[in-house]
Amino acid sequence: MCLAIPALITELHDDDHARVDMGGVSKDISLTLLEDCAVGDWVIVHVGYALRKLDQGEAEKTLQLFADAVRRE
Amino acid sequence: MKYLDAFRDGDLARHLAAAIATEVDGRRRYRLMEFCGGHTHTLARYGLERLLPDNVEMIHGPGCPVCVLPTGRIEAAIALARRPEVILCSYGDMLRVPGKNGATLMKARAAGAEVRMIYSTMDALDIARDHPEQEVVFFAIGFETTTPPTAVAVKEARRRELHNFSVFCNHVLTPAAMAGILNAPVQEAVRVNGFVGPGHVSSVIGSRPFEHFAYEHGYPVVITGFEPLDILQAIRQLIRQLNDGRAELENEYSRVVSREGNQKAQALMEEVFTQRDRFEWRGLGELPRSALRLRDEFAAYDAELKFNIAMEAIADHKACECAAVLRGTKRPEQCKVFATVCTPDNPLGSCMVSSEGACAAHYRYGRFADRAAGQATH
Repeated sequence: MCLAIPALITELHDDDHARVDMGGVSKDISLTLLEDCAVGDWVIVHVGYALRKLDQGEAEKTLQLFADAVRRE
Repeated sequence: MKYLDAFRDGDLARHLAAAIATEVDGRRRYRLMEFCGGHTHTLARYGLERLLPDNVEMIHGPGCPVCVLPTGRIEAAIALARRPEVILCSYGDMLRVPGKNGATLMKARAAGAEVRMIYSTMDALDIARDHPEQEVVFFAIGFETTTPPTAVAVKEARRRELHNFSVFCNHVLTPAAMAGILNAPVQEAVRVNGFVGPGHVSSVIGSRPFEHFAYEHGYPVVITGFEPLDILQAIRQLIRQLNDGRAELENEYSRVVSREGNQKAQALMEEVFTQRDRFEWRGLGELPRSALRLRDEFAAYDAELKFNIAMEAIADHKACECAAVLRGTKRPEQCKVFATVCTPDNPLGSCMVSSEGACAAHYRYGRFADRAAGQATH
């Protein structure tokens, strides 16, 4: 139920709605739960609503943690 | 897909598992509970438990909203759906959960009830707009991830004057359930050393509500994402904390989770909902302040009041071990009806229905591994 996946905002529409791209599939979602979204932002989408923006810098840092595991081994 | 594939890299997963193997202390056991059903699903789907050393045991938690809803509430939803004036809207997972005597919303629909499977609460509002002569009830379930979308729908219904829309509210609270696990009576208690903490719930409520489990109760908590590398990294961090004798809250899912969470969503939940004094959970019993109802101000949209819903206490099927599975005291394959009478096609208990249910996840992905390891799974 709490499954939510990253999506890229491709268009902003009226009424806090947006078109997003999820791996080539486009979908209309609600941005009501967020503030200040822009085209090019990544968001986490759950039951048709963006729950949270995805911080791309933090994503890179986490991937770096995994890479460190390879080096330390 | 960006931000998914990189977190599913098989080589990196093996390296992380190897790092875990070098870091565990062979003299101790690590009993780690993943709270979320989504994490349970990822563990099973990617076979992560097979990558872990023998002394690291994953205990599946109750974080599957479909699973924890007691039969009485499912039966109440079925009764609502059978009313001729009602269109019941529900997320798909709920349609096959058995009520009394094997009744389900799906069977009610086959018998003529109006049951609509929706993807989003916005769909339910559209149905209410298109059917002004009928009562549209949204069967709202879920933890703090699905709660804000329900709050939005209630406010929208008021703004759009959709007086034929109401919500049968069954929203539940994650921290209360975690506390329920830790405060269980001795005979029902599961021994846990640390928690893989909820990712998307924390994206909404923040990591702060989980801090006291670490700093007051002494259990390490690592909040993490839902991809296999996220979960392996969380397990590694938990093992390090336990080895160091630390109990801290760590956030592996920093790309989505902050300490304060989504404050706009929190404010919406606060505006529309208030805590119930107590709520019955399947497996965990009655837990204080563990669920939400609509505030009095929104009473006109509360299906429990509108239809005077009476809740009946209905015991689970005697052979079903869902309650123990949800508490983490039994594993799915220890249930006698697992994969015999109870299958995803014909579930006897709720944990076999949702893909996040421990039984469904183990049925789909895990039992072949059991067989390979020479364990009888029937």
